[in-house]
Amino acid sequence: MIGVQRPGIVVVGASLAGLRGAEALRDGGYDGPLTIVGDEPHRPYDRPPLSKHVLAGELAPEATELPQLRSLRARWRLGQPAVALDRERRVVRLADGATLPYETLLIATGARARTWPGEGADLAGIFTIRTVEDARSLRNALAQRPGRVLVVGAGLIGCEAASCCRDLGLDVTLVDPNPTPLARLLGTVIGGTLAGRMRDAGVDIRMNTKIHSFSGEKGGVRRAHLPGGATIATDLVIVALGATRETGWLAAAGLRADAGGLTCDAACRAMTLAGELDPAIYAAGDVARWPNPLTGNRPMTVEHWGNAVDQARHAAANMLARPSEQPPYGHLPAFWSSQFGLNIKLVGLTEGADALAVVQGARASQRFLAVYGRAGRSVAAVSFDQARWLPAYAEAVAAGSAFPPILGATDQPRIEWLEPGFPVPRRSTDQAAPTLEAAHG
Amino acid sequence: MGDDTLFAQVLDPRNRPDPYPLYGRLRETPVSRQADGSFVVSTHAAVRSLIFDPRLSSEDLPPSRRPPTGNPLRDWILNPIRNRVVNAHRPLIFRDPPDHDTLRDFVMKEFTIARVRESHAKVARLVDTLIDACRGRDTVCLVDDLSYPLPVAVICELLGVPEADEAQFHAWAIRLATALEPDARHDEAGRREITATFDAISDYMRRLIREKRRRPADDMLSGLAARGGQGRPAMGDIDLISTAILLLVAGHETTVNLITNGMLTLLRHPDELERLKVDPARAPRVIEEMLRYEPPVHFRTRKALGAIDVAGVTIPAGSPVILLFASASRDPARFADADRFDPDRRDNQHFGFGGGLHYCAGAPLARIEAEIALVTLCRRLVAPRLLDDPPPYRPGASLRGPKNLGITIAGIT
Repeated sequence: MIGVQRPGIVVVGASLAGLRGAEALRDGGYDGPLTIVGDEPHRPYDRPPLSKHVLAGELAPEATELPQLRSLRARWRLGQPAVALDRERRVVRLADGATLPYETLLIATGARARTWPGEGADLAGIFTIRTVEDARSLRNALAQRPGRVLVVGAGLIGCEAASCCRDLGLDVTLVDPNPTPLARLLGTVIGGTLAGRMRDAGVDIRMNTKIHSFSGEKGGVRRAHLPGGATIATDLVIVALGATRETGWLAAAGLRADAGGLTCDAACRAMTLAGELDPAIYAAGDVARWPNPLTGNRPMTVEHWGNAVDQARHAAANMLARPSEQPPYGHLPAFWSSQFGLNIKLVGLTEGADALAVVQGARASQRFLAVYGRAGRSVAAVSFDQARWLPAYAEAVAAGSAFPPILGATDQPRIEWLEPGFPVPRRSTDQAAPTLEAAHG
Repeated sequence: MGDDTLFAQVLDPRNRPDPYPLYGRLRETPVSRQADGSFVVSTHAAVRSLIFDPRLSSEDLPPSRRPPTGNPLRDWILNPIRNRVVNAHRPLIFRDPPDHDTLRDFVMKEFTIARVRESHAKVARLVDTLIDACRGRDTVCLVDDLSYPLPVAVICELLGVPEADEAQFHAWAIRLATALEPDARHDEAGRREITATFDAISDYMRRLIREKRRRPADDMLSGLAARGGQGRPAMGDIDLISTAILLLVAGHETTVNLITNGMLTLLRHPDELERLKVDPARAPRVIEEMLRYEPPVHFRTRKALGAIDVAGVTIPAGSPVILLFASASRDPARFADADRFDPDRRDNQHFGFGGGLHYCAGAPLARIEAEIALVTLCRRLVAPRLLDDPPPYRPGASLRGPKNLGITIAGIT
């Protein structure tokens, strides 16, 4: 060992953003020491299949490992969560007490699944889906063919899990406090279309419903209790209540970090409590809260697969650039989901949309493309089994085209302006700024 | 502004042997308005953006025309009704969503990977038989000897069309394929001829489908003709007929060019021919490069339903649009050394099978046929040499390929 080695770059977070960020550093010509820290013992793996093919038993959990696109020559510190950051001394402390000095730090710690916050959380048979171990245990439990599955939360993960369980032939009840599935993401009009599809697939969907607590027998969950005293019998519960950003280890770091994310500037540089930038610290992926020009530069996190990749690459490029040559991160959020035999894709941000128009196909056929408008501009587009046209609409959304865009399309119905029907925002208790909920893919 | 007669020059048969310099001039204006008001799209980026533009319609085939018969009942009532029915049920390459999607789904349920794979052995046998038949000759006429009979036999077997009837629909296929050629489809006589041919082949298909329903076999036509049931909607009879016609004609008029253009290219690049002979595992890359370099279909026409801004040009609603796939595949902005035949090129995202929702449904089959045919030709023809360069071409500018390809040989192994 050489006694004095420069500390180089440390990447905290060994999932999609951490991996793609590390690769981008090497691609960008960085030749120095590179350390990647991960709290899980696994090499970086891909999460979207966890709530789909892995649950369905079509893909072994370990087969989700992400391909490495180039040789990294990195030192991996896996199974060792970072527990503290000392910016003054520029060191990251790990759970085993080890300290890692850094010259530049990339924070890509992502998010963790919200667990059941109420009574009954310690009962067996209650699952979340975030990590590969989550998916493995849930898959094993589903393979035992539980009689009744209860999915709590009709966001993307909850809906995909419900779809998988129905495909496995299990009885599924889906509960959500909103009027339809995906209501906060897509509004109740489009959510209602999905609800119809779910009913056709035999899901017992109970919207406008909250769970108060769980109770069980012999340590295993058996009943969900609603606030009014009614119960839902169940043998297995999937809690899909979204995620909180993994920022606990930054509590004493003097950065603007909370359960809603780590605030950074448009160039992905972390912001201190004093509102200054720490020039040695960057963030990317689910954990990064950055000013998005699409929403008037209001800081927000985007928990989508594509953002993890793009933002990590952008942050890595900026890490290697001079301070004056670090461009802002421009990103059009996008996600996909496969459920109930549908391919659902969205580009843009539906938040605050005041208008909705189906511009191709028809909701009745469950094959359509719809655009969201806000103050006369097109802000997002969603497709149900019509993804091929989405790039054209993505362009219109990115350009802020008038709403609705693209007139004279094939299969264009008479365009009607609808209210998208977003539920009244719930008061956030655990996050400083709005976040795209439970979104991935 | 570029020369607005360039596309007319592309259509001129004299430029059939080498349209590529014209394409190069067209690409100087990626979306170029022609004197007749149509817009020719010739760069990779512009074609790529337009094939995924929802305002581009494929329902641009001029309505069918039947000549006056002097019989008022026929001229004023029956034929106009017939025209409307035929127009409403065109083959799916001339249809838009949602009908296009429904019909294509039907086709793809029958055009399965398993079926295509099964044809592999049959293709190999056929190619050998066709080459065996050339023994004792010092010249091979590639189109007549192999490139034409091979895909015809394959599509007939897949569809379940008796090959014995081939002589009858050979001529029909050639005439119907002209529906893709701008000059034929806009010419009054050409339209009448296309319509009359369509009527004739429709009658043939109607009889065949009736037969398939009576005695279903393990072929695509039987599958497509199967009556609905178990929640599966049946394809309407008129759509069924036009779909069957499309598959038959497409099987006749496209792969022939891929094989012939491919062999022509290899004969013009003897080093590549030699390499393929020594290393048949190169075939997939060679075929992909052929699809880029000398594709079987050069362009397809569309119609703009709404105004489209692309490459700095606004295509007004209602304008005919020509997607010049063969030019996009030779775009130096997308492909390094674009005019060089280089099977080793990476990232070969050509438009040899078109793109977007009308992407060639028969692509996997065409790849198998071309691969086996070319590998076998390279292996078995001894000292092949081109007889005429350039060879004589068939009339089509869109479905472009040699009328025949004379190859002198020193024998067959």
